[in-house]
Amino acid sequence: MREVYLDCAATTPLDPRVKAAMEPYWDVSYGNPSALYRQGRLAKEAVDQARERVARILHCRADEIIFTAGGTAMFPFDAAQGKRHLITTAIEHHAGLRSFEALGREGWEVTYLPVSEDGLVGPAAVRAAIRPDTLLVSVMYANNEVGTIQPLAEIGDIIKRVRKERGAAGNQLPIYFHSDASQAAGFLDLDLSKLGVDLLSLNGGKIYGPKGVGALFVRSGVRLKPIFHGGGQEKNLRSGTENIPGIVGFAKAIEIAEAEREAESVRLTELRDYLISRLTTEIPKTVLNGHPVERLPNNVNVSVLDIEGEAVILYLDAKGIAISTGSACTSTTLDPSHVILALGKPYEYAHSSLRFTLGRATTKEDLDYVMEVFPPIVEKLRVISPVKMEVGQTTISHPEAFAGQGAKVKVGGKSYK
Amino acid sequence: MAMAGDKVHHSNAAPIPEGGLASGDVINQYTGEKWYYSDIVKDHFFHPRNLQLEDLVPERFDAFGMVGSPACGDMMSMGLKIDPATETIKELKWKTFGCGSAIAATSMFSVMVTENGGMPIEEARNVRPQHIMERLGGLPNRKIHCSVLADKAFRKAVNDYFRRTGQHERVIVEGSRVIDPKLNITDHDIEEAVLEGAADLDAVQQKLKVGIGSPEIIADVEQLIRFYKEKYYG
Repeated sequence: MREVYLDCAATTPLDPRVKAAMEPYWDVSYGNPSALYRQGRLAKEAVDQARERVARILHCRADEIIFTAGGTAMFPFDAAQGKRHLITTAIEHHAGLRSFEALGREGWEVTYLPVSEDGLVGPAAVRAAIRPDTLLVSVMYANNEVGTIQPLAEIGDIIKRVRKERGAAGNQLPIYFHSDASQAAGFLDLDLSKLGVDLLSLNGGKIYGPKGVGALFVRSGVRLKPIFHGGGQEKNLRSGTENIPGIVGFAKAIEIAEAEREAESVRLTELRDYLISRLTTEIPKTVLNGHPVERLPNNVNVSVLDIEGEAVILYLDAKGIAISTGSACTSTTLDPSHVILALGKPYEYAHSSLRFTLGRATTKEDLDYVMEVFPPIVEKLRVISPVKMEVGQTTISHPEAFAGQGAKVKVGGKSYK
Repeated sequence: MAMAGDKVHHSNAAPIPEGGLASGDVINQYTGEKWYYSDIVKDHFFHPRNLQLEDLVPERFDAFGMVGSPACGDMMSMGLKIDPATETIKELKWKTFGCGSAIAATSMFSVMVTENGGMPIEEARNVRPQHIMERLGGLPNRKIHCSVLADKAFRKAVNDYFRRTGQHERVIVEGSRVIDPKLNITDHDIEEAVLEGAADLDAVQQKLKVGIGSPEIIADVEQLIRFYKEKYYG
């Protein structure tokens, strides 16, 4: 059976060139970089070189790169001077969102910025949310579910202006700008001199590198405290013996991603638009989620109204096709996608949302195969479904079905729990 | 893929689709299988039994119920044909806006209550989600709530049958407050009527006949209508 993997936003396979680069560091150069003898020095050299290579891609200093275990990272700000105000968006990945919610429970004040129906964060809304006690603004570079690309440089300019205003007003509090670039790497410009961010997270498992390895750019001067304590590795921010094969692999992966970025983006944008066009014209009541243009080259997210996403995934899986959904049925918490809901759509849109994320292996023939097997599946599941939504509907279809169950119901533009 | 027709009872499990489902990360607690879903679940998922192919129109059945799962948002509607003499279930048709487990569990439930000439409704009321799961060969733990949906839709449909046949004393209310003791109408029934668009006492009475034989409860009913109108449309 044909195998078509279209879930590259979840993770990508390891590039064979990356695998080869990692190879010696399992059992040949196996030393601990903290040791003084030859094996230790070799390992340290590998980490140092990897750091320099990553820094070259990002246009920053090598000592501003902290190797981590992926995109998931807390923001360990020193709260010794008091808990301040933080700003983020309603559509961040759970890696960010849950961290902010945890800080919120600890007593930090957090503003969650709304987004437009295309998933864009307005720079003016960022400006309006900044207060004299705001310590951090965190806006993802590109969204993992709907692929919307945020105007990072514009927001970066706002932060710079606020910094100047604070200086003039004698406000000593720093303001930092963080961005989660896990999905952006390989498609968008990572040149930090243009982005204006102070902190940037990257994830190896999304760029054909090893899983469980990532990097955090920390502009020099930004003061963080250790996440956990130990041997003082990674500038004492992330103690623990370095994952040498992972770090070497990450550096190789980001180099390849950057080298192939422009050509691959052009190729995938064409395939992306081809799939969007076929899905929305050949399958009735199929709507695109996210921005039509300000969108990652590999992201297609549609709601195929009236059918449930998990059932689609199982039917497609039986045909060898791997995709993902924002349906509550596949999430461990049983919550529908917070991203689709933040776009102002009723929950049925999230329940029906399907994400196809293309990658280096994707061909036009793969997409033609999807369009061959997918429409009959939709037809079958629509026969099964009692729901008949209208495109553009903003309220849920059968609120009466939830009566007396304390469900989240939205009628007349209001939400109730 | 062929759709399993009405009342088709597969005695053997249908063949697994070409290539099969990839083995998942969930180990079935009953069978120890590493499949995400058991072969029986897959069979009912790919070939659902007793599915209503056309729209499910309540009037064409002796009983109808539609419920949503507050846990995940799945919806289920169900229509029953009941032999009034024996009170056995002659036909059960369903539709769902739900996941693999909801489809498979409802398909299995429909087989269980209609096989061997049909189950009496009082007996069918005692079919619990765990009985459906046993017949399915288990479901992953976090998908169990999906199988509850068939059970809930069925209970609602049976209450509808008793109301339609004037047997109000046999309506079983769960987790709600009885407002009209003669007709066994609860606050949830009134909430549902308001959510369906009934905006005043007349409209609610057209749906429910609530308070028609008990004028003393009218004030209570009107207060509930106001409350739910304010809650959902205010």
